Amino acid sequence: MAEVISMEDIRATASTLEIDVSNIDFDSIRLPPGEDFGITSDDDDLHEEDPLEYDSGFGNIIVVDNLPVVPREKFEKLEGVVRKIYSQIGVIKEDGLWMPVDSDTQKTLGYCFIEYNTPQEAELAREKTNGYKLDRAHIFAVNMFDDFDRFMKVPDEWAPPETKPYTPGENLQHWLTDEKARDQFVIRAGSDTEVLWNDARHLKPEPVYKRAYWTESFVQWSPLGTYLATVHRQGAAVWGGATAFNRLMRYAHPQVKLIDFSPGEKYLVTYSSHEPSNPRDTHRVVLNVFDVRTGKVMRDFKGSMDEFSVGGAGGVSGVSWPVFRWGGGKEDKYFARIGKNVISVYETETFSLIDKKSLKVENVMDLSWSPADPILALFVPELGGGNQPARVSLVQIPSKEELRQKNLFSVSDCKMYWQSNGDYLAVKVDRYTKTKKSTYTGFELFRIKERDIPIEVLELENKNDKIIAFAWEPKGHRFAVIHGDSPRPDVSFYSMRSGSNTGRVSKLTTLKGKQANALFWSPAGRYIILAGLKGFNGQLEFYNVDELETMATAEHFMATDIEWDPTGRYVATSVTSVHEMENGFNIWSFNGKLLYRILKDHFFQFLWRPRPPSFLSPEKEEEIAKNLKKYSKKYEAEDQDVSMLLSEQDREKRKMLKDEWERWVNDWKRWHEEEKAERQRLRDGEASDEEEEYEAKEVEVEELLDVSEEVLSFDLDQE
Amino acid sequence: MRPILMKGHERPLTFLKYNRDGDLLFSCAKDHTPTVWFADNGERLGTYRGHNGAVWTCDVSRDSMRLITGSADQTVKLWNVETGAQLYSFNFDSPARSVDFSVGDKLAVITTDPFMELTSAIHVKRIARDPSQQTAESVLVIKGPQGRINRAIWGPLNRTIISAGEDAIVRIWDSETGKLLKESDKETGHKKTVTSLSKAADGSHFVTGSLDKSAKLWDSRTLTLIKTYLTERPVNAVTMSPLLDHVVLGGGQDASHVTTTDHRAGKFEAKFYDKILQEEIGGVKGHFGPINALAFNPDGKSFSSGGEDGYVRLHHFDPDYFNVKI
Repeated sequence: MAEVISMEDIRATASTLEIDVSNIDFDSIRLPPGEDFGITSDDDDLHEEDPLEYDSGFGNIIVVDNLPVVPREKFEKLEGVVRKIYSQIGVIKEDGLWMPVDSDTQKTLGYCFIEYNTPQEAELAREKTNGYKLDRAHIFAVNMFDDFDRFMKVPDEWAPPETKPYTPGENLQHWLTDEKARDQFVIRAGSDTEVLWNDARHLKPEPVYKRAYWTESFVQWSPLGTYLATVHRQGAAVWGGATAFNRLMRYAHPQVKLIDFSPGEKYLVTYSSHEPSNPRDTHRVVLNVFDVRTGKVMRDFKGSMDEFSVGGAGGVSGVSWPVFRWGGGKEDKYFARIGKNVISVYETETFSLIDKKSLKVENVMDLSWSPADPILALFVPELGGGNQPARVSLVQIPSKEELRQKNLFSVSDCKMYWQSNGDYLAVKVDRYTKTKKSTYTGFELFRIKERDIPIEVLELENKNDKIIAFAWEPKGHRFAVIHGDSPRPDVSFYSMRSGSNTGRVSKLTTLKGKQANALFWSPAGRYIILAGLKGFNGQLEFYNVDELETMATAEHFMATDIEWDPTGRYVATSVTSVHEMENGFNIWSFNGKLLYRILKDHFFQFLWRPRPPSFLSPEKEEEIAKNLKKYSKKYEAEDQDVSMLLSEQDREKRKMLKDEWERWVNDWKRWHEEEKAERQRLRDGEASDEEEEYEAKEVEVEELLDVSEEVLSFDLDQE
Repeated sequence: MRPILMKGHERPLTFLKYNRDGDLLFSCAKDHTPTVWFADNGERLGTYRGHNGAVWTCDVSRDSMRLITGSADQTVKLWNVETGAQLYSFNFDSPARSVDFSVGDKLAVITTDPFMELTSAIHVKRIARDPSQQTAESVLVIKGPQGRINRAIWGPLNRTIISAGEDAIVRIWDSETGKLLKESDKETGHKKTVTSLSKAADGSHFVTGSLDKSAKLWDSRTLTLIKTYLTERPVNAVTMSPLLDHVVLGGGQDASHVTTTDHRAGKFEAKFYDKILQEEIGGVKGHFGPINALAFNPDGKSFSSGGEDGYVRLHHFDPDYFNVKI
């Protein structure tokens, strides 16, 4: 920490120097670079961050060897040739090409140095021209300048590597052992990133770990919750541990933009795109696949943006992330990438293509893995103006055998939705009407686990309804659809089973005219939130699908994001900084009771820490669900205790605050009393000091306005 | 009870002030005429004509005879409350932002804005009993704080002057010598412009409202931070109930954003906080622009709010209000 210099000291110093401090604008003062006048900056953990890549500063220089040795007369010609070759790849700095000349013979030495603007260009030049044949005798050997240094340092004699003694690592799953079974979440607001417990019993979050400038763009939990990943200019890093968040591993990848974990969190894919040096070229894309635990690069992919932006919506703005789709369940066995007329499936054992070749699929548009099994679903649109129908097919990996295929006619677009256990696949098909002027939507429902994979076609009652949202019940057999016209669409629920027949889809109910445009199922199923985000200003409806009843309706004004906690007990709704006002988050119970709300300016992210799947067998889980009363008793008693304690604490705190205030007021009153005379003097002896004690009196004022006498004559003698 | 809507100003309200008896309410607005109303039924009594710019503040003497107003026309004027006659005009070289009579009404503290080359300043003027004897000379001029000084008031026994403004620091000055006595701490103090400052009835403490979305309660003598009230909108106005331990905050988003967002996003409520527990206990809706001014009737049974929308809303509390238990 820096020594704190008080304003007093500054003033004192200034007065000895005869400077008027009040006339100085301190912000306008610039210290000479590197000079701190003995005051150390207190933001030194900024500098502690890894000076990874650019430490020597020669990363943008390459050395080209095996050039022809030419005499002076030919020097310029050779230089011209070399410059031509290398300026195609990137911008050579001014005076960035230097070909040394032997001072004795006046001949070149057969090598030259080239300095580019960026290390990326240099790297690219090395890759592209190493082995370049200028002519038969001169094959270029290109190296990074920095590599020379590195290789020179290699000792000549081999020394056995030191075996480090084994140090047991921290328990990375420690958060799961919380005795109150609470869940954690991470929030990012302003420059701070904070991990907190959701302490719903105490109706507040409990801090776990906080750090300013923890990440340079965003944070992300790994899919099983073990790691928290941060993204920096130099690469990505993962954090975790039993008590605090320590850095566990770093993954160097300059200018990384996006990251993606494999579902079993064994691998991390990082992505960056780089401005081309030549404006006519497309962006260069670099992808690395790291082993999360060792930090080793398992495979890297490089290429132009064009190669990576196939499929999806044309990919004009960039690649559709994630580029690599992970499949094959939690074992992280395969990952696939879509290319032009081809699907490349890699296996993680060797990090190479299965059978050494890609899957040829003419004009493939979209692919999607089953979340549980190594099955790929592909969508190929219509070809040849409708001569060849569009099709959706299921392909088994690694055998590449087609399990099922469905041809579809006059299709404009398809979207695939897998149920979380991989039991069902719903394909939303948008078809043209006969006139080709509009589209209507239907569903093709695949039952993956049944023999021959039967397909059922589902059409909405009103075929012209637009589909606004679709969502499967996690681990369940139901799905919800929002359909209809935008101001008040309908929400329908369907089940893949009907009363008597488990092989037929049936409608459960339709809710008419809901203000909803997004669906959020509880991860435990059964409950769903029908949310009206964006245009609907954050309307929320908590719905129980078992009982087909609304549990609660609420509003989180301007809400942009909704996320269930991994257990399905709580829901977080948040307003992120896309809006200027109202930033922060609310925590709700599953049935729509607002538990607490936290407001934070510049709120960017709210993420629940995921939990790994339960170790309980389905039978055991069912048993618990059946005897819930028995199990719940203990927890109810605990809840009761906590709430008692809480109200007790609350009372005490209030009493303390009140007492404190009372004391302060009494102190003040004493002073006030002592000064009474003084105050009276200031008011020219006016005694009424008791400002507080004035009272309203009703005063009757009678005013005599006029008096007049009039003589009235009475006839007294009336007799 | 239903609030009484007082429509007399054509421009946003800037300041509200009750006299000591609580029967008159003075309002200032960006139109040029301060107005006086019956505090009970909201009937307009009269206006004070003569300013040629937005009127930022006013104060009324203890005997309700004199009114002092500070205006952007670079004058501070003294008025006869009853007749509306202008008694005297202090001329400055920059707009006057705040005025406050001392205990005994013999002095007034006036702050002026930074303007052209001039820095902001706090002036102390002697107020003569007889307006014909009034002079323009200042007893004391204090300069120093950066930016505008939004409010300056007298401390206990007129011995100190408490000021706060754009630099977010609350300062206590010696009213005799003009020496800086105390400064609020940067760590615990406000982070953005202090917009308003309001004294308790007995002067023991005062509350400041700031654009950093908080209000803070301070000891007038020691400048100790006693309480902090956190809210979700910039605070433009603060006041305290003289009767109950309640603090009222008013504010809202900038007027320039009002038309682009939903009225619910604006937060134009007057928010009630428990002074001691620092908890929000209620709100009063109504304005359709940010609240710029708040004042409590000295009897604690009504309060009024003035908004950017040009209305003054006069609220008499329901009997329930006085029985609230928390």
